[in-house]
Amino acid sequence: MNRFAFATVSTLAVAAASSVVAEPQAEVLHWWTSGGEAKSVAVLQEEFASNGGTWTDMPVAGGGGDAAMTALRARVLAGNAPTAVQLKGPAIQEWYEEGVLADISSVADAEGWAEVLPASIADHMKCEGTWCAAPVNVHRVDWIWANADVLAANGIEMPTTWDEFNAAADKLQAAGVIPLAHGGQAWQDATVFETVVLGIGGPEFFQKALVDLDPEALTSDTMVQVFDQMRTLRGYVDENFSGRDWNLATAMVMNGEAAFQIMGDWAKGEFLAAGKKPGEDFLCASTPGDGYLYNVDSFAMFDVDGDDKKAGQDLLAKLIVAPNFQKVFNLNKGSIPARTDVALDDFDICANLSAEDMGATSDAGSLLPSYAHGMALRGSQSGAITDVVTAHFNSDMSSADAVQQLADAVANSY
Amino acid sequence: MTDLSMPQSQSQTRTQSAAGKIALRWLLYVLLGLFALYYLMPLFVMVTTSLKSLEEIRTGSLISLPREVSFDAWKTAWSGACTGIQCEGLRPYFWNSVLIAVPAVAISTLLGALNGYVVAQWRFKGANIIFSLMLFGCFIPFQVVLLPMARLLGMMGIAGTIPGLIFVHVIYGLGFTTLFFRNYYVTIPAELTKAARVDGAGFLRIFWSIFLPLSLPIVVVTVIWQFTQIWNDFLFGVSFSQAGTQPVTVALNNIVNSTTGVKEYNVDMAAAIIAGLPTLLVYVVAGKYFIRGLTAGSVKG
Amino acid sequence: MSEWLENHLPKVVLAPSFIAVLIFVYGFIGWTAWVSLTRSKLLPKYEIKGFIQYERLFDSPRWDTAINNLYIFGALFIVIAMVLGLLLAILLDQKIRAEGAIRTIYLYPMALSMIVTGTAWKWILNPGLGIESMVQGWGFPNFEFDWLVNPDYAIYTIVMAAIWQSSGFVMALFLAGLRSVDGEIIKAAQVDGIPTWRIYTAIIIPSMAPIFLSAFIVLAHLAIKSFDLVIALTGGGPGYATDLPATYMYAMAFSRGDIGQAASSAMIMMLVVFAIVVPYLYSELRAKND
Repeated sequence: MNRFAFATVSTLAVAAASSVVAEPQAEVLHWWTSGGEAKSVAVLQEEFASNGGTWTDMPVAGGGGDAAMTALRARVLAGNAPTAVQLKGPAIQEWYEEGVLADISSVADAEGWAEVLPASIADHMKCEGTWCAAPVNVHRVDWIWANADVLAANGIEMPTTWDEFNAAADKLQAAGVIPLAHGGQAWQDATVFETVVLGIGGPEFFQKALVDLDPEALTSDTMVQVFDQMRTLRGYVDENFSGRDWNLATAMVMNGEAAFQIMGDWAKGEFLAAGKKPGEDFLCASTPGDGYLYNVDSFAMFDVDGDDKKAGQDLLAKLIVAPNFQKVFNLNKGSIPARTDVALDDFDICANLSAEDMGATSDAGSLLPSYAHGMALRGSQSGAITDVVTAHFNSDMSSADAVQQLADAVANSY
Repeated sequence: MTDLSMPQSQSQTRTQSAAGKIALRWLLYVLLGLFALYYLMPLFVMVTTSLKSLEEIRTGSLISLPREVSFDAWKTAWSGACTGIQCEGLRPYFWNSVLIAVPAVAISTLLGALNGYVVAQWRFKGANIIFSLMLFGCFIPFQVVLLPMARLLGMMGIAGTIPGLIFVHVIYGLGFTTLFFRNYYVTIPAELTKAARVDGAGFLRIFWSIFLPLSLPIVVVTVIWQFTQIWNDFLFGVSFSQAGTQPVTVALNNIVNSTTGVKEYNVDMAAAIIAGLPTLLVYVVAGKYFIRGLTAGSVKG
Repeated sequence: MSEWLENHLPKVVLAPSFIAVLIFVYGFIGWTAWVSLTRSKLLPKYEIKGFIQYERLFDSPRWDTAINNLYIFGALFIVIAMVLGLLLAILLDQKIRAEGAIRTIYLYPMALSMIVTGTAWKWILNPGLGIESMVQGWGFPNFEFDWLVNPDYAIYTIVMAAIWQSSGFVMALFLAGLRSVDGEIIKAAQVDGIPTWRIYTAIIIPSMAPIFLSAFIVLAHLAIKSFDLVIALTGGGPGYATDLPATYMYAMAFSRGDIGQAASSAMIMMLVVFAIVVPYLYSELRAKND
């Protein structure tokens, strides 16, 4: 432990010296910094404190965690890793392979995580058979949001296939409404892309193409059709979409300028913040097709010295997965609890739909990790795919070229 | 120094017709005004947005005057915005930035002065090569140095601390401070040093009692440059800090750059202006000396 | 002993800084070169695997875009910022009323972090929100200004914002230069009846050669390090049309966990800088020593 960290916890060290049991300590690196998110994390901090722990906050926002990951690398290389870090998807296993993660199996076994988490989500939390991360929530990515009034005025139902969507979009366009509100940032392009892959190819194809990176699937005719649909969607987006933040796109749906938006369930927070009611002012439905794409936030524990910190990790892991935090946090955040035994009476209809679909798709084997949000692939691979997707969407590249580039980029990313 | 423009424009006057002169003056002011608009436009957008309510931003045009002026966003940005689980705004981070910037600016300026003095006045074999090598150091992209630097800071035991951040800023400021002082001192005649040496003054004595008293203008330039660079730094600040030592730019980023939260643009803009106030203030207050300092020497290289 | 110290004191004083630069600049460049030959992923590894990272780099269409953008951006930014800075300095040097205020207006952008001024620029340049819609609102429905969302032109909006940020500083440099030119020579020229513009092109501007060096170094350093600007203004988009080597490298190293690839891109980037900056520095320093 370096001198500064020592100084900041010196009060605690004094306290710890007087008692026999080490007091739980945790420095938590996360990127939930805005109002609603921050309040959600504060719930955890309060629980942690009321169990005798001391929470040191280390927030770093930006780029969906990019800046936090930069800070994390620097801290690990300096031999000064934070106690707990917001990490998700295969990045957890990548860090494990670097030999810097702690084992929290004792907590997981004692708390019976295996019984309450869906199997595919539990797998993300394990590294070579041991538990190495604790899940916080489940965001569904394949949502389509709509302005209820605009749909009603144009006599349109929520589409259940992409053909229906295209028909509805043509009608809206003729009526002078922007069919699809979209922000032209690479991750948003990727978000739309993966819902199209899921909708057109189906869950099995999604698994092959975007999880297993099967070259045959990547170059298949289905993939060509996917890019064709992306090109069609490009026609339904207004001219000024480039670089737009996702929340400005949400605002377009809210004020009736646009009809639909494809975005994860954090978009719900924007609607609710503007006083809109789900089911009345705005509608939520899964994007056309079967399946469920999840984006699970989680915390991984890093190898640290000191009983107080280890106690902090155990306590933190326990609290994160405990029903109370799972409920309160997700009510704030718009997502749903990762554990399946939390009563959802206080949640809105969109969250209930999400939970229902999660259960059903988990049984049917179509509960799939989101590639666009770093759940399915390692960073270099998902990044390579996103490069192609966004280049295709923002140029006049043909679908055949895109498929070829996709295969090349994936091959070049190992 | 500023003796050029007056006689020049007066003599111009005589050669031109009065009407033509007035037209030219008007054109000049119009041009300057247009450029001023270009420079002010983003600040205008930032200030007006910071004074609007979130409701107005969501519904209205982004580039327009606020219908109702409200300073709530400024208050929130300073002391209430969430930068993590603490919702204390930028205030707690401000002090960290001061603790980093002030010593780092002071040390790098002093070292730059000494280095510049050596390179300009005590030329020895290879001095120019050493200077060139230091100058090229200005161009290394900071993203490259993050990881090895983190390692070294860890080995030195100052990772995540304010002294660690000061150290990093001093190292990567040396190229520029040395450049500024070298270009300034090179204009001071070498005879001065020679005469002082004949009188028996030593290396440090000459620096202390001859060069330093002459250096105020270039010190102002260097301090302004270094302060701007260090105060606005984000990359080092985010990588080499830990809880409790994060500078204000990291807090600003935390307020502004949330990914999945509700965006409060008015607070973002107010926070940005607040975070920039110390540098803005330095420019407004010291701007005059800045030009004077540059005039006084650094440019004669 | 003390005589030795006195004789060597200059070197002793310079030594710590020089050693620091050797380690923290050149040592780190060496480190980067080493890592670029490995297959480092999430964290650096030191087992040399050959030139695979460079092959991957040159196979990447995104890198081609990034390096081309650096040439376009670097050249336009440096040239325009210098010309504009010089022009503004000359205009401001005509006994202007309220010079202090105008100068501060030109200079202030340098003081603000691009993290947020980028957002303001984004709105101003966005066709639906900013200038285009404003001018169309004034009754010019055919006015178009959609560079920000046009993949072929978006890089020029980065240039615009970058010039906005730094040209004031260059103006300050040149203004100082104009004020330190020897007034006697100019008076003599005026007495000889040489027109004002000739005085500028033939006497004043050539005498400011050293300022061009300072301005060039400041601008080149900003051009190469331009990073916040791109992230805040376009995020590299549309697509990756406005990617620069610095953003490419950052994306590889920190969001994609591909440190070997990032190191190879850093090496190429530094080679480019080396090829452009070193000859310039050499000729400038050389000329001054004569």
